[in-house]
Amino acid sequence: MRRTTGRLVRGITLLSVLALGATACGSSDDSSDDSKPVSAGDITAALEKGGTVNVWAWEPTLKSVAANFEKKYPKVKINLVAERSGDKHYTALSNAIAAKKGVPDVAQVEYFALSQYSLTKGLSDLAPYGADKLKAQYTPGPWNAVSDGDKVYGLPMDSGPMAMFYNKKIFDKYKIAVPTTWDEYVTAAEKLHKADPKVYIANDAGDAGFTTSMLWQAGSRPYKVDGTKVSVNFEDAGAKKYTDTWQKLLDKKLVSPINGWTDDWYKGLGDGTIATLTTGAWMPANFVSGVPQASGDWRAAPMPAWTKGDKASAENGGSSLALPELGKNKELAYAFVEYANSGDGVQTRVDEGAFPATVKQLQDPAFLSKKFDYFGGQEANSIFADSAANVASDWSYLPFQQYANSIFNDTVGKAYVSSEKLTAGLKSWQDASIKYGNEQGFTVEQ
Amino acid sequence: MTTLEPPVAAERAPARAVAKRDHRSWTGWGFIGPFVAVFALVFLAPIGYSIYLSLFRDQLIGGNSFVGLDNYTQALKDDQFWDSLTRVSLFLAIQVPIMLGIALLIALALDSGRLYGKDFFRIAIFLPYAVPAVVATLMWGFMYGTKYGLVGDINSAFGVTLPDPLSSDLVLASIGNIVTWEFIGYNMLIFYSALRVIPLSLYEAAEIDGAGQFRVVTAIKLPAIRGALVIATIFSIIGSFQLFNEPAILRPLARNAITTDFTPNFYTYSLSFNGQQHNYSAAVAIIMGLITMVIAYVVQLRGMRKGA
Repeated sequence: MRRTTGRLVRGITLLSVLALGATACGSSDDSSDDSKPVSAGDITAALEKGGTVNVWAWEPTLKSVAANFEKKYPKVKINLVAERSGDKHYTALSNAIAAKKGVPDVAQVEYFALSQYSLTKGLSDLAPYGADKLKAQYTPGPWNAVSDGDKVYGLPMDSGPMAMFYNKKIFDKYKIAVPTTWDEYVTAAEKLHKADPKVYIANDAGDAGFTTSMLWQAGSRPYKVDGTKVSVNFEDAGAKKYTDTWQKLLDKKLVSPINGWTDDWYKGLGDGTIATLTTGAWMPANFVSGVPQASGDWRAAPMPAWTKGDKASAENGGSSLALPELGKNKELAYAFVEYANSGDGVQTRVDEGAFPATVKQLQDPAFLSKKFDYFGGQEANSIFADSAANVASDWSYLPFQQYANSIFNDTVGKAYVSSEKLTAGLKSWQDASIKYGNEQGFTVEQ
Repeated sequence: MTTLEPPVAAERAPARAVAKRDHRSWTGWGFIGPFVAVFALVFLAPIGYSIYLSLFRDQLIGGNSFVGLDNYTQALKDDQFWDSLTRVSLFLAIQVPIMLGIALLIALALDSGRLYGKDFFRIAIFLPYAVPAVVATLMWGFMYGTKYGLVGDINSAFGVTLPDPLSSDLVLASIGNIVTWEFIGYNMLIFYSALRVIPLSLYEAAEIDGAGQFRVVTAIKLPAIRGALVIATIFSIIGSFQLFNEPAILRPLARNAITTDFTPNFYTYSLSFNGQQHNYSAAVAIIMGLITMVIAYVVQLRGMRKGA
């Protein structure tokens, strides 16, 4: 009896080990050497030879770009996978890279997530393909985000210089001036809410992207990154400007506790109970599709300033197309990225409503004078372009910003639903970010 | 000669026995082989792989390295993990008795034979269990909305201000309400079917002895379905410790109230999918699995011993 049991155990162990072996056995993909330059001739040759490029990107305008690209180079097939976005996209990408299997040739990577992948050698340096010579084509903010010294990890696809969208109908109805500074913003918030208790100046239930953009504009530079040496500190003067002002709004319950992109949010934007929205210049297309009932009510204005007359702005969102190190068909993949983000594809995307990161399109009179029916015929692009030119420099995100953002509501979120202060919330976010960074092998300090 | 025989026999006998046993064991393998193969593949291999994973640490900087039991010691000192465990324990202590109590009352009511439209009630009460948890949670999440949901509608229709069911203070109770709604029918059915198999002769005997309905319940029905009660309790304990769907689906509506470490399962999910900490996540999952096993086992031992 005992011997049978022993054998049974051994048999099970053997089977488990076999099964383990099967799962643990990943294919080892050889990565090509990136250091040697790829000539334009190599890329042309690849385009003539043809092949398939797998692209993971949710940017909606890429569909037309891919179709046009295939028309131009009939031998190339673009396989666009657009079902995943945001967190799900990064999870899939990280898993594919970790498994060394099924890695796409081209991936959309938002600016805040780029350094995480570039630092772990997940992305190819595009400089050898000639990307370093494209610098002058882009506005400084996006270029800063994709480049690191003489290395280039992606080509900027769009950008999100911030602006304040406001519901003109509501401001007119209660005869309240549109705020140009954050102090005026707080005053306007009080007046609006007093005039109609259902109206809030903004919705904010704790959003990492918004908060970091606000800190960016206020001059705070909480994240300093030097290779694997990172520091996180939310206690500088800029951060204090932001927390002082925003704490007033929270204390007096002047912001509506609604999360972005929810049904409540769209309804609030539509029925006038959310009076302003400070976000990236990519927003108009979302207004048109998500809040059609308020067409004509809204206008765009420059982001409120911290001191009157200051034009400093910040970015919110925006993404690049990058080449994962383990992808194949590098030449073809680069050709597509260049076509989409630097070549003819840019105009296609702008025509479909994307906000470009390229200087040429941003200075194009036709672009600047485009009248937005949704904004009552306002030439809103000139405001966005002005914001793009005034994005404050030197901002960097954490090399693990994706994770840090995922725990924002665990920490800073407390300030939105309890008596805890924003500064305390930011401090615990800081501590949690430092803890995670150290666990991941970075040298993180305050 | 004769003196030599016993040793020979003694020698031969074990040899024969070994041969026999070998033969027998191979036949046995033939029978249990298919089961063992499937069992190993779908049960032991994943657990084995998790244990294997939990012994490593894969860092963004520095790559993968063997760390022994470091992940386990870290998990045992992890406040986030213990907080989440405390939260589900609180949930367990309050929600499970309420749910099982109501389910038991309904089962007894149905079994009493005094209800009109018994079949309809049985189906109606069981129906929520047929609704997938995801759909149920979305539905309740909509009802809980203070702006445009049912709570909001009640507020504006009657001019009252109900407390926000998704606020930090109430969200656990709100989740408990969803889970109770979902599983009362299921537990009721377990109890009801256990009640149906009680021999009628016991009731006749009780009637002859002059026992009232209440006495029948306490002296016959409850003791008879003790096994079902214990099973339902164990399922509920496991379910509480594995709480995941409801908080995960409600989170977009209440990000500040439902943290990424709200329940142990949600915490392991966040560690793995947001933080890429698969190894640590595996260690936490294994510790949680062990705790669940121990508690379920203790409940089973206690429940069964009293029953005997």
